[in-house]
Amino acid sequence: MSAMTNPFPDAASAWELPSRGKVAMAGLIIAESAIFTIFVVAYLFYLGKSITGPTPREVLKTPVFYTICLLSSSLTIHFATKALEGSRPRSFLGFWLLTIALGGLFLYGTGQEWRRLVYHHGLTISTNLFGTTYYSLVGLHAFHVTAGLLMLLSVAMFSLAGRMGTRQYNRVEVLSMYWHFVDVVWVVVFTVVYVLGR
Amino acid sequence: MTSHAIQMPDAKIETHIWVDTLHEWLTTIDHKRLGLLYIAYSLLFLLIAGVEAVVIRIQLMHSHNNFVSPQVFNRMFTMHGTTMIFFVVMPVLFGFGNYLIPLMIGARDMAFPRLNAFSFWLTALGGFLLYFSFLGGSGLYGAGNAPDIGWWAYAPLTARAFSPGHSSDYWTLALLVSGFGSIATAINIIATVLCTRCPGMELSRMPLLARLYLVMSGMVLIALTPLSAAQIMLLVDRYLGGHFFDAQAGGSAVLWMHFFWIFGHPEVYILIIPAFAFMSEIIPVFSRKPIFGYPIMVAATVAIAFVSMSVWAHHMFTVGMNSMANSFFTITSMVVGVPTGIKIFNWLGTMWGGRLQLKVPMLFAIGFLFQFLIAGLTGIMQATAPLDWQLSLSYFVVAHFHYVIVGGILFAIFAAFYYWFPKMTGRMLSERLGKWHFWLFVIGFHLTFDLMHIPGLLGMPRRIYTYEPGRGWDTLNLIITIGAFLQGIAILVFVANLFISYFKGEKSGNDPWDAWTLEWVVSSPPPVYNFASIPVVASRRPLWDEKHPEDPDSRYE
Amino acid sequence: MVGQAFSSPTNIFTPMSTPAHSIFGLSLFVLAITATIFIVVSALLLYAVFKFRNRADDDDREPPQVYGSTQIEMAWTIIPILIVVVLYLATARVIHALQDAPEPLNALNVIAIGHQYWWEFRYPKLGIITANELHIPVSDPARPRPTFMQLLSADTDHSFWVPELAGKTDLVPNHPNRMWMDPQHTGVFLGQCAQYCGVQHAKMLLRVSVDGSEEFAAWVRDQQRPTFPYAKSAAGRRVFEQAACINCHTVAGTPANGRFGPDLTHLMSRATIASGAAQNTPENLRLWIQNPDSIKPGALMPAMKLSDTDLNAVVSYMETLR
Repeated sequence: MSAMTNPFPDAASAWELPSRGKVAMAGLIIAESAIFTIFVVAYLFYLGKSITGPTPREVLKTPVFYTICLLSSSLTIHFATKALEGSRPRSFLGFWLLTIALGGLFLYGTGQEWRRLVYHHGLTISTNLFGTTYYSLVGLHAFHVTAGLLMLLSVAMFSLAGRMGTRQYNRVEVLSMYWHFVDVVWVVVFTVVYVLGR
Repeated sequence: MTSHAIQMPDAKIETHIWVDTLHEWLTTIDHKRLGLLYIAYSLLFLLIAGVEAVVIRIQLMHSHNNFVSPQVFNRMFTMHGTTMIFFVVMPVLFGFGNYLIPLMIGARDMAFPRLNAFSFWLTALGGFLLYFSFLGGSGLYGAGNAPDIGWWAYAPLTARAFSPGHSSDYWTLALLVSGFGSIATAINIIATVLCTRCPGMELSRMPLLARLYLVMSGMVLIALTPLSAAQIMLLVDRYLGGHFFDAQAGGSAVLWMHFFWIFGHPEVYILIIPAFAFMSEIIPVFSRKPIFGYPIMVAATVAIAFVSMSVWAHHMFTVGMNSMANSFFTITSMVVGVPTGIKIFNWLGTMWGGRLQLKVPMLFAIGFLFQFLIAGLTGIMQATAPLDWQLSLSYFVVAHFHYVIVGGILFAIFAAFYYWFPKMTGRMLSERLGKWHFWLFVIGFHLTFDLMHIPGLLGMPRRIYTYEPGRGWDTLNLIITIGAFLQGIAILVFVANLFISYFKGEKSGNDPWDAWTLEWVVSSPPPVYNFASIPVVASRRPLWDEKHPEDPDSRYE
Repeated sequence: MVGQAFSSPTNIFTPMSTPAHSIFGLSLFVLAITATIFIVVSALLLYAVFKFRNRADDDDREPPQVYGSTQIEMAWTIIPILIVVVLYLATARVIHALQDAPEPLNALNVIAIGHQYWWEFRYPKLGIITANELHIPVSDPARPRPTFMQLLSADTDHSFWVPELAGKTDLVPNHPNRMWMDPQHTGVFLGQCAQYCGVQHAKMLLRVSVDGSEEFAAWVRDQQRPTFPYAKSAAGRRVFEQAACINCHTVAGTPANGRFGPDLTHLMSRATIASGAAQNTPENLRLWIQNPDSIKPGALMPAMKLSDTDLNAVVSYMETLR
């Protein structure tokens, strides 16, 4: 095997590349954004085209409180990661659990909303175009929130077991990127469904 | 690799029972082994989908033929298309990418080796699911109900009402699963290229193969996902009573078409860009010159990636969009031809003034250039919407896209096989058998696909299991079928070459082609860790600099 | 001349109507441009392969390493862009002329409805409903009388393609489309469904009869008058009305008014049956009614399992439907 000549002996030490985890998560976020975009396009395309059944205006109630919960969870996860970076594990755990609670509250709110829509207004995924596109879009988002919560919960368990420290900061940061993404998607979904769509 | 804490006599350590070897391969996370697994997988499906093609061609040999029933024929063309795109071309391209990228950028493996393995097995599961449809699933047709909805699965043909039974679901699930595998591989490639390059290898010094795979992976992220989204919507329609594509409830069949082609068109660029990558590595080496216009090649590829996201509805010119929309997609489809043409000219410029070694990889590369040129021109013909109102949905289109995929992509893949087989196995493929393979295939290819344009011009639509006599299609179809058989024989010669050369081929050494990129530094095959020490590079062709210290590339870049 | 090289009734290069003519003209222009590009580039490629190939007596020196050239790159970027602009302008004109053509007052209106594996044609202003074989009047260029069609679908996607008359247009459910043609020669023009619509897509054939104005008027009159159920076909008519036939088929003026299958009121005025899959002869008719799968496997008409007597009776009834 030939040895490579090294014309730039200092090159190796000055060679810095981006973090794999962040690049990979950015890639995942791009891919997921494309999936959500298609569901949003379908939602917008079918606005006003339902042949029967309840319309958005008739049945939708803007979930202001639960939206605030979810968006605040972005703030709390930001504080949590900062706390971990600054080696404050108890502060980290506190903010992290708060994030999970806020996310869980959001899911609870979605569940309540759906219960009301199904049982009081008779709107299901098969009722009409609005039902199909609404439950698919909001459901897809809720699915991503759930997946995120499961990951947050596992980190919480590690933290409770005393295993989370500054060394895990990079990974926690990557996970928080995902969580921020989920929030941004909600901003878009919220705007499309509850603002534009009525 | 077996490891023993207890000291054993040497002889015992060397024996590997076949179960151990199998276990190694099933649990490997080494990018080289995964690359070979992808390639072997794709070769298996190439043969299966090839048989499906032969069945199609025998049935179409003359009018009113009875070789297979319409039901079987419709399954054949659906499975042939789906298999070739998702379980032959995509895996083989990911296989070569997996194998070569870490070696070319001086890394020890991909950024996420375990994710890499997971992606392969997801793809493998997808292929298995698709073919299980022949056995499994209930339905009115009984056993043997592979999907028969065409590889685009247009709504509402895929609705429960028109596709009872589960054959459509196998199509949907198989592609959903392997789609996630492809997305994971794309993320892996991006992370590898951006985050694991050896010192000195700035992005502008990477081999074109690595850069082009980077672009292709970016496209996978935003183009494969619309298909996944549409397939989820289809499942919602079929199983949860949704109405995404249900015309009765106000749903739109055209929406499926938009979503599908927003995936479908960039997909074909996803398939061709790695082929461009192979050509950009092979043509310079066999012309003994660097690639002509490296920065332009990168810029052109990025331009193609962007523009290709805006052309999709040229597959829908007959669907009844208004004249503004048709004009828009006409101009974008023509514009995408400009950077593509530029690439052809740059390859020509690479060859110009060089010293062409007409070995088998270069023969396939020249075939590629010639055929890809023709394919691009028939593409321009179809980009003009009014002409497409005649040509669309006819055998002209079938001829065009086979010209791209077989005459272009498959030729590039063959070139890649002959070029990198020595690196992967330590042995050269036989030049003699390679020339037989090449010439048989070229003759068969042109017999089939040159002529195939004509029935399209004479009004023969696609996806028909038989046709009327007296339309002028009979003789042409017969010759087309003969060409298909010739291509089949050529592929068998190729497979024979692979096997024979693996065992008896001439030993290749590290660098049989006198090439210039990092994969030729290491042994053939490379050790599992790739490089004993991570190299440091100062130009695009590190080995050229080594071999020509009086005239290194670093002086000119 | 291109057209005669390959003799075919569905040749896109033998246009018989304005849309097909416009497309033909454009195609010659496009072909000229692409052929020129092909000749130039492949000549350069062949030249390069022959001139620069390594010969056995060449030494081992590497050729001059050339990395690129900005001027050449600019040349071969700008020229293709210019070609694209020219091509696009020529194309946009034709798109607009064909798609945005206004419908004149004297145009014949036909509604085409695609079904799985047959075509329904309605002439709303003339009160005619027929199937599979379209009759339209010839259009004199001096006083044009085009046919404007509205395209609908009852089930999946289809596509109406008669190459000598016009480019194809799809029939998509819930998405009405419009096309027109003005054939300048009389005759029978063939085509078929071009969008895969299921098992028998291949045999969803099209037959367009372009009639001179008198023949067309006569055809219209024939289609508009009621049928005369002759006494000797009463038995057949009874079988027809008691078996499930009337669930799917219409015979105007009788209780049969099913919409799922083709209208049979003037079945005998058609040259073919099963949407072109067979000639309209008594033998084929018998075979079709007895077992549609023998002519068109997978067709949606079920085999009625009639006894021989009933079968013969129904066939003779069908033959009275002129």
